[in-house]
Amino acid sequence: MNAASRGGARTGTPVEAPKKSSISIDLNGETTAFEVAPWTTLLDALREQLHLTGTKKGCDHGQCGACTVLVNGRCVLSCMTLAIMRNGATVTTIEGLADGDRLHPVQQAFIDHDAFQCGYCTPGQICSAVGLIREGHAHTADEIRELMSGNLCRCGAYSSIVAAIRQAMTSGGAA
Amino acid sequence: MNNFSYLRVADVASAVNAVAGESDTFFIAGGTNIIDLMKENVTRPKRLVDITHLPLTRIEEREGGGLRLGALVTNADTAYNTAVRHRYPLLSKAILAGASPQLRNMATNGGNLLQRTRCYYFYDTATPCNKREPGTGCSALDGFNRIHAILGASEHCIATHPSDMCVALLALEAIVQVTGPNGDRSISLDQFHRLPGDTPHIDTNLARGEIITAIDLPAKGFADHYEYLKVRDRTSYAFALVSVAAALELNGDTIADARLALGGVAHKPWRSREAEARLVGQPATRETFEAAAELVLHGAKGFGSNDFKIPLAKRAIVRALETATRMGNA
Repeated sequence: MNAASRGGARTGTPVEAPKKSSISIDLNGETTAFEVAPWTTLLDALREQLHLTGTKKGCDHGQCGACTVLVNGRCVLSCMTLAIMRNGATVTTIEGLADGDRLHPVQQAFIDHDAFQCGYCTPGQICSAVGLIREGHAHTADEIRELMSGNLCRCGAYSSIVAAIRQAMTSGGAA
Repeated sequence: MNNFSYLRVADVASAVNAVAGESDTFFIAGGTNIIDLMKENVTRPKRLVDITHLPLTRIEEREGGGLRLGALVTNADTAYNTAVRHRYPLLSKAILAGASPQLRNMATNGGNLLQRTRCYYFYDTATPCNKREPGTGCSALDGFNRIHAILGASEHCIATHPSDMCVALLALEAIVQVTGPNGDRSISLDQFHRLPGDTPHIDTNLARGEIITAIDLPAKGFADHYEYLKVRDRTSYAFALVSVAAALELNGDTIADARLALGGVAHKPWRSREAEARLVGQPATRETFEAAAELVLHGAKGFGSNDFKIPLAKRAIVRALETATRMGNA
């Protein structure tokens, strides 16, 4: 058995590329229509087609949380989401959180507490934090840590991130 | 990821028809496992059938006091459901011990049952794996097998089932409701997943074309004395090395009923009815629990890197049973 045939043979007739489908989502408050192939992830659609590069591609395997966005108000991983399956959904990315020049309370709290260093994980951290506050299951620092465990920060800003979320929780960060 | 076509279906019959008789056509719901497997070229579908719009998204009361969990209810909505929290806290705790909030918001109950092993070699298409490509051999047997099975394994496969939820469901004697080309049927959780034997490429007893519609919980929830103990390499967001679902019914200090299931140790969630029988009628003491733990691990076999799991599992069982006993008596 040669290596090329493992994990699904690379032989046979090439699959004919299906036509792209038109989908429409409410993206950061605006109805946005675009075309996607079935295999396009929401992450790739956001970054490559809609040019919203705030959402980051980290591991692309659902292990780091950098791609976290809010779909219908819940935090999900855009790298593990096929865009075509979210036709009609409401999607909020990091670009959609601020109100004009006024930062979202969670964004402001991250600045107040210096809750990032390189910033690459930050959009995902903030989207997860907004979801966490909105869902209301975390009340203590330990519960915040547990419910933020899907977002890795290799700079190690965790203690400041927890402090920022605690501030946002008390200042109405769910808005 | 290979190119594939996509079909959204609106009712269960259409879903069954869409996959029946079709090779390389798969259902997709939460997508948290299959999309990962597609990115790794382990799964290469010709077509995906999107079942997220099927009407299987409710948690309902059953006659006789049980609960029916729709197959498409997310893991998060199940774990935080009021009835589940109050009546089946073991299940709630097990679900919340798994994955991350984002993944639990996406993953569905049916999908949790059907997730595939996280064996490194299964994911690595450069290596032999009997589960991925039957007949090529098992790389884990003599490889890195720290996360692998100690119970019920075969010479063909030592992979483990990665779910936390299923361990609690097994302890609670959940019933999986399925429908398919030949109609509806019920499968006990115990009979749902398979041991590897010489067919490790077949994970479950679900037939081609069948779809999970619901998971039924019997009335008895063991809400007073339970524990889900998960031992892993980091505090959160990691698969279990060993996990224990323990549930007790106590009459004073005497054990009136017991359930004991383990995760991370076998190709399927592992229940020991022998150990449960050993617990019933005995005083809820450390000595009783240690005797039960010995029974569970009787016949356990390590493969080198995972030898540590045998004593770890015994201690985890004792600790989980002690924790379950102490509940409400503090």
